[in-house]
Amino acid sequence: MTTIAELPPGFADKVLSAQSTFRSVMDAMARPGSVQRIVPMAGAPGPLMRGTAAIALTLFDHDTPLWLDARMAESSDVVKWLKFHTGAPVVRDASIASFALISDGGALPSLERFALGSSEYPDRSTTVIIQVDSLVSGRSFELRGPGIDGVATLQASIEPFDLFERLHFNEALFPRGIDVVLVADDAVVAIPRTTRVVSMGS
Amino acid sequence: MYVAVKGGERAIENAHRLLAHKRRGDQRVAEVTLNQISEQLGLAVDRVMSEGSLYDRELAALAIKQARGDLIEAIFLVRAFRATLPRFGTSEPVDTGAMRLQRRVSATFKDIPGGQILGPTFDYTHRLLDPSLAEGFVPETPATAEASTAPTPRVTDILGRDGLIESSPQAEDGASVGDLTREPLNFPAERDLRLQNLARGDEGFLLAMGYSTQRGYGRNHPFVGEIRFGEVEVEFFAEDAGFAVPLGAIELTECQMVNQFKGSATEAPCFTRGYGLTFGQSERKTMSMALVDRALRARELGEEVRAPAQDEEFVMSHSDNVQATGFVEHLKLPHYVDFQSELGLLRKLRQEFAESNTPDAMKEAAE
Amino acid sequence: MNAPAYNFAYLDEQTKRMIRRAILKAIAIPGYQVPFASREMPMPYGWGTGGVQVTAAILGPQDVLKVIDQGSDDTTNAISIRKFFAKTAGVATTTATEEATVIQTRHRIPETALNANQVLVYQVPIPEPLRFLEPRETETRRMHALAEYGLMHVKLYEDIARFGHIATAYAYPVKVNARYVMDPSPTPKFDNPKMDNCPALQLFGAGREKRIYAIPPYTQVVSLDFEDHPFEPYRFNAPCALCGAENSYLDEIVTDDKGGRMFVCSDTDYCEGRQAAGHHGSLSAAPYKEKAQEASNG
Repeated sequence: MTTIAELPPGFADKVLSAQSTFRSVMDAMARPGSVQRIVPMAGAPGPLMRGTAAIALTLFDHDTPLWLDARMAESSDVVKWLKFHTGAPVVRDASIASFALISDGGALPSLERFALGSSEYPDRSTTVIIQVDSLVSGRSFELRGPGIDGVATLQASIEPFDLFERLHFNEALFPRGIDVVLVADDAVVAIPRTTRVVSMGS
Repeated sequence: MYVAVKGGERAIENAHRLLAHKRRGDQRVAEVTLNQISEQLGLAVDRVMSEGSLYDRELAALAIKQARGDLIEAIFLVRAFRATLPRFGTSEPVDTGAMRLQRRVSATFKDIPGGQILGPTFDYTHRLLDPSLAEGFVPETPATAEASTAPTPRVTDILGRDGLIESSPQAEDGASVGDLTREPLNFPAERDLRLQNLARGDEGFLLAMGYSTQRGYGRNHPFVGEIRFGEVEVEFFAEDAGFAVPLGAIELTECQMVNQFKGSATEAPCFTRGYGLTFGQSERKTMSMALVDRALRARELGEEVRAPAQDEEFVMSHSDNVQATGFVEHLKLPHYVDFQSELGLLRKLRQEFAESNTPDAMKEAAE
Repeated sequence: MNAPAYNFAYLDEQTKRMIRRAILKAIAIPGYQVPFASREMPMPYGWGTGGVQVTAAILGPQDVLKVIDQGSDDTTNAISIRKFFAKTAGVATTTATEEATVIQTRHRIPETALNANQVLVYQVPIPEPLRFLEPRETETRRMHALAEYGLMHVKLYEDIARFGHIATAYAYPVKVNARYVMDPSPTPKFDNPKMDNCPALQLFGAGREKRIYAIPPYTQVVSLDFEDHPFEPYRFNAPCALCGAENSYLDEIVTDDKGGRMFVCSDTDYCEGRQAAGHHGSLSAAPYKEKAQEASNG
């Protein structure tokens, strides 16, 4: 059993590290497909990547119910670390989660299980953070939508293999929908609900 | 040669220096102390604490001094200070039934268990300016008596035992209380948020809204079941310790209004409630609040919403004097860019109007 | 006494997290107004508290901040807000549009084209474009949910019937990404075209009304109009009297009590930059009226 004292640390400078991390995530969300780097680093226990840990410290707190996939939830270090550093309540019901952390993309549940928001309040939806192998190499994708000057390209190695096909459901749901943040180590790419992604093959 | 206006920074600094000077007033006159404000202008301090949502007499007194006695400005100062304070949690509900009473009156019964206590009140004073207060006034020693040990149950609880008044809604165990300073408000709003909004609301606004219900705009047949003013204990449940820890005592005024009854074929008729609560002593505010709270329960009690005081969007969106004063006063900020746009449009419309209204004869003559 | 001690950029971290989450959702749903638990700021509601909270939530030590009001860096409220951040966040400030990474504005969009490294933060008084047609939040929220914007078109069409034109000169409603009708804040409609396909991220903060909304970069922003009455940006008849610019938004300066007028750029940084680069207004020293007479005489 890891005690609290043995848990990896949070940010060295809470205020400025959170600001810097937020700007990376904000730029990623504003410019879908662009690869942003997360500079400030915190300790990252178990299956939690460095980038994911920084995002958690930046955006999670008592007010953000958090859903963990099985691999995350099985790591008591991850659960303890998140609880200690963010205070976010871990929930079993994905449909009330503000954030979801996915480390095993292959086991990503049906996206309809997350909060999709309502027509009146489409912002009340889950932001799904998925850890992936790479955001610089792998299959090629073309992205279109707000935030993109014409078309953006992304090379990524991700699971689930059909993630972007599954995200097509955002088109019919809009303005409801799911916003996705992909993390590979310190790299982050966001796919908000307005982005249309087409696979160009490998 | 025209040069665009510059030097605003200097102007601002100078204005603030002048303000500081005016605030101090004639320096041959002794400076007012926070204790003097707190002790001698206590009701102003109470209002600033209530509408500022922060129970701290010293800070409220400081705010009043800084605001040159402008209470809305003082409330604003306290609110701005409060906004960034860390929040540790929610206190246990205070028990106003166990209040150490300084004043307690009921209009619904001649006598009540524990008795009516007049306490410090302007009621029945003759509003004659009193020159003896101008300087050097030493008040008589107040009359004292042995504190009664008789319980002083709330009048509404007495009515409630016979089922004559609706029971006060009880929150479910563990249900969190809404806080509109932490969660964005959306409509329809539940009563916890409505009461919070009213407790922070402007006394003058609530007075006018409450008054309007008495004059027929959403009439609800109010009786003052009870007004009580005194001290209650505040406790905080400490998770580490596993029990409630006393934090101290605060002064509160509570008004329980007994209102027009409801009932149906399936439900025995009973009186309904309106509730008001403030920090310190403020009967005008708590009574107004109770009238408006009852009016805002129209939807819940199946009454037709017809009057402004019954309209929660109208009341809740306009009750806050810090919001209201900011937006009204922002009209003095420069708006010349928009005004220019409007001016250009108006000139164009007037030109077109003039052209289309030129008498034909003149047109022909011109040609 | 509890002496006040304030965090970097004034707001506490919990508040910043809450605002940051709202900003991310605002970007993900362009033009949709995200409710947020706006805090009481140390300046009055209606004086830029929404913009200030957004700026405080995004600002970092590496940023260079510009604050304008009515297009000018020197108006009192712009100075006050710039000083607030210089004091609470210690950030560098500038008046030069191209040097700024974050620009907070009230009522104008700078004339200098914005770039992809910039964020434009608008101060918004009434974020709801439908508010003056329907005062109830429950109703306007339903209209947005159903994209039911007929009421707005009726209003604009009534203007045309009455005045021959759409009689909205500022806060002219736009449709963002072909979905949400949005209030651009009370900027003159002259500025509306700058919002369309803009490389910079545009964030809107309404403090008193507790709403944040956004236009991501390169997003379609269309001013509402009709086929037979297309949107026309406001045009001036004269160039800037100081720098000669022909395509900037102008302030009207009353020069005397005999009807003398001159027109100068509202964007003071743009105007000064042009003058420094050698551009001069044909009327640089004289009131507009006299010069206009000379022109017609000559």
